[in-house]
Amino acid sequence: MNLRNWLDSIRPNFDEGGKLHAFRSVYEGFESFLYVPNATSKCGTNIHDAFDSKRMMIMVVIALCPAMLFGMYNVGYQHYIAANLEVSFWPVFGYGFLAVLPRIIVSYLVGLAIEFTVAQWKHEEIQEGYLVSGFIIPMIVPATCPLWILAIAVAFSVIIAKEIFGGTGMNFLNVALITRAFIFFAYPSVITGETVWVVDHAICGLGANIDGLTAATALGTASTTAAVPAFSMNMVWGFIPGSVGETSVIAIALGALLLLYTGIASWKTMLSVFAGGILMALVFNTWGPDNAMAQMPWYEHICLGGFCFGAVFMATDPVTSARTEAGKWIYGLLIGVMAITIRVMNPGYPEGMMLAILLMNCFAPLIDWCVVQRNVNKRAKRINK
Amino acid sequence: MSEIIRLRKGLDIRLLGNPEPKTLQTGAADSYALCPDDFTGVKPKVVVKEQQKVKAGEALFIDKNHPEVKFVSPVSGTVAAVNRGDRRKVMSVSVTPDATQEYVEFGVKSVQSLSGREVLSALLDSGLFGFFRQRPYDVIASPEDTPRGIFVSAFDSKPLAPDFEYVLKGNELDFQTGLSALSKIAHTTLGISASQTSDALVYAKNVDVYAFKGAHPAGNVGVQINHIKPVNKGEIVWTIDPETVIFIGRLFNNGRVDMTRLIAVAGSEVNDPSYSKVVIGAKLSSILKGRVANLATDRIINGNVLTGTRSSLEGYLGAFSNMVTVIPEGSNVNEFMGWIMPRFGTYSVSRTFFSWLSGIFCPNKKYVIDSRIKGSERHMIMSGEYDRVFPMDIYPEYLIKAIITGNIDKMEAYGIYEVAPEDFALCEFVDSSKLELQRIVREGLDNLRAEMA
Repeated sequence: MNLRNWLDSIRPNFDEGGKLHAFRSVYEGFESFLYVPNATSKCGTNIHDAFDSKRMMIMVVIALCPAMLFGMYNVGYQHYIAANLEVSFWPVFGYGFLAVLPRIIVSYLVGLAIEFTVAQWKHEEIQEGYLVSGFIIPMIVPATCPLWILAIAVAFSVIIAKEIFGGTGMNFLNVALITRAFIFFAYPSVITGETVWVVDHAICGLGANIDGLTAATALGTASTTAAVPAFSMNMVWGFIPGSVGETSVIAIALGALLLLYTGIASWKTMLSVFAGGILMALVFNTWGPDNAMAQMPWYEHICLGGFCFGAVFMATDPVTSARTEAGKWIYGLLIGVMAITIRVMNPGYPEGMMLAILLMNCFAPLIDWCVVQRNVNKRAKRINK
Repeated sequence: MSEIIRLRKGLDIRLLGNPEPKTLQTGAADSYALCPDDFTGVKPKVVVKEQQKVKAGEALFIDKNHPEVKFVSPVSGTVAAVNRGDRRKVMSVSVTPDATQEYVEFGVKSVQSLSGREVLSALLDSGLFGFFRQRPYDVIASPEDTPRGIFVSAFDSKPLAPDFEYVLKGNELDFQTGLSALSKIAHTTLGISASQTSDALVYAKNVDVYAFKGAHPAGNVGVQINHIKPVNKGEIVWTIDPETVIFIGRLFNNGRVDMTRLIAVAGSEVNDPSYSKVVIGAKLSSILKGRVANLATDRIINGNVLTGTRSSLEGYLGAFSNMVTVIPEGSNVNEFMGWIMPRFGTYSVSRTFFSWLSGIFCPNKKYVIDSRIKGSERHMIMSGEYDRVFPMDIYPEYLIKAIITGNIDKMEAYGIYEVAPEDFALCEFVDSSKLELQRIVREGLDNLRAEMA
């Protein structure tokens, strides 16, 4: 009996009145995961493009993979540097993999459990939006983030930022960023400071326990020591402390290429975020206050922190970004400008990308409203002529 | 020479089964029928009884709201049945044709000597008025209105659609007479394709001619109106198919209603896609006889793949259908893990599939596309998908959202008066969220019309 027949044979259990009806959403989720739904069109167009939201989401996950894999390697690399041990490639990667894997599992378990429950409760299908959010979340927190805090944060953001608005496509704030923002405001000690960026204990016999380890991110150094860290190629390759997925410009660039090539991310948004960031960095270089953040050259601003990751994977989220083509330019530009402004002007925390994107998520509908209103006014003027 | 308007947005779906420019013989149908559902917005009142004899051009049903608007039998014969559906809704009125056709004689008239009012009453008498549609609302026009203008698109850019220049051959005189008649009623505009060269189109008299260049939906009359002179709130324009313009010409030149039309029989599942000369309302089995191999697994579409309706051999050629398409149904296809597989033979406009590569290296490659939706319905996620295939000065996403939320003021502000469901057909095709956009727009137009009445 092949898989298709088996799926068909167990289906009645999940229908209304079946003994496994409580798991209908799970069954449907897995069925559509295994096979493209073969429902044919009932009304409207008789043919449809093969592109659907599943394919879109999985492309984003694939685009995230280089940054994730590099991030795992870097977690191990930073640990072994701190522990002063020299080992070959595989233990380094293995250590990072083991450090990050529980966070991926927790993120997916908690998020998907909520998604499945809501889908079952609302008699809807599982929406695949969380596939991407669940992959991004472990990448934008430090590898030391406690699992229980991560679980609470994921539950908070999936419910409050997404499900109460109606699920994927209806949320106005980026779910992954709300997770990070929740940790940032509720448990600041696990996401800021000098002790969270490098894992300090052995995992499954790999690595070593290091006492009193401190390692600051480059942006952290700049904000506390008032000296601009010297630019090095490690900032481009990503061999620096930071959140798991954000450090490597190269790995993020690979993902960006795939997203731009497949047309899933808007090149307008992406380009304008960088343009806004560079512009603002140059402005601060010239007229800014006398601190290290303001004096930091634009290329360093771009390479450090979550700027690239945010520009490529978060600002371009189609649901929470501006939806009109003209609006995307304004939205992206303001994200870049705000991110650098927050970095320079905010003394409390050296990173600005998360808050900049969340802020512009809130303003995206207003930007779109202005763009669409121009069209509306033009139409109204036509009548009065 | 006419002005050329270039459209950059749009999409020509590379579908297999384009009709060859040749006409195949089609046997006579044993049954013809007119379906009131084809005439959007009409409340039908049947005026014939079963077994009653009718001539071609005699009314089968009328519009309750406008009794002067008749819908006439395309052939002479005996009324076979008034088929009713739920709540006694009239589904179709079928006629068994006579061996020799008799026509109601309306008398040969010279259009030049007629006034607009006389042309209109001739069209009402003969039942051809029922083929005018109006914007706003995309419903059958009302004879009480004075339209700002009449728009005719002389090319159909939808997938596999018939080439109107081929259809026009031999009917040039009637076409021009039809256009002249329209121009008596209101200012008439003819939209042609920049690739059309026929003198009857390029040098059509008594009308303004505009040429359009670009992919589908350049041939949609709504898109053409939007680029020539958009419809404002309170204005009414009428639209009519070029095939019906030929009918109107025949009415004045021959004095008869002759609804013979050259249609395309196309699609990947049709043997030898080509043209057939048929009378509208003909049973589809007569048109498709011997031309389709696997009827059990195919979908027969009354019309084109984008706006046509699913039908069967028992269905009847729609009053507005200029083609019959047959594609695979696809309900027996199970694609394993489609979200990650390369799917080389699958057509998509998205670059997440390889078909766009073949679009660069072998642009003539055509695809078999079945009727699967290939995904499940979601909220709108991707942005700008509709914009790329919607060449009108309208934000389609925002209009759709206004319709979904039932916000009348916003629908008006966003330009609902300018659109018809067919304008959203391509958006529906490319939509990764698989929303039923044409149904949504139709419902929006109906709600708005009810609200304004």
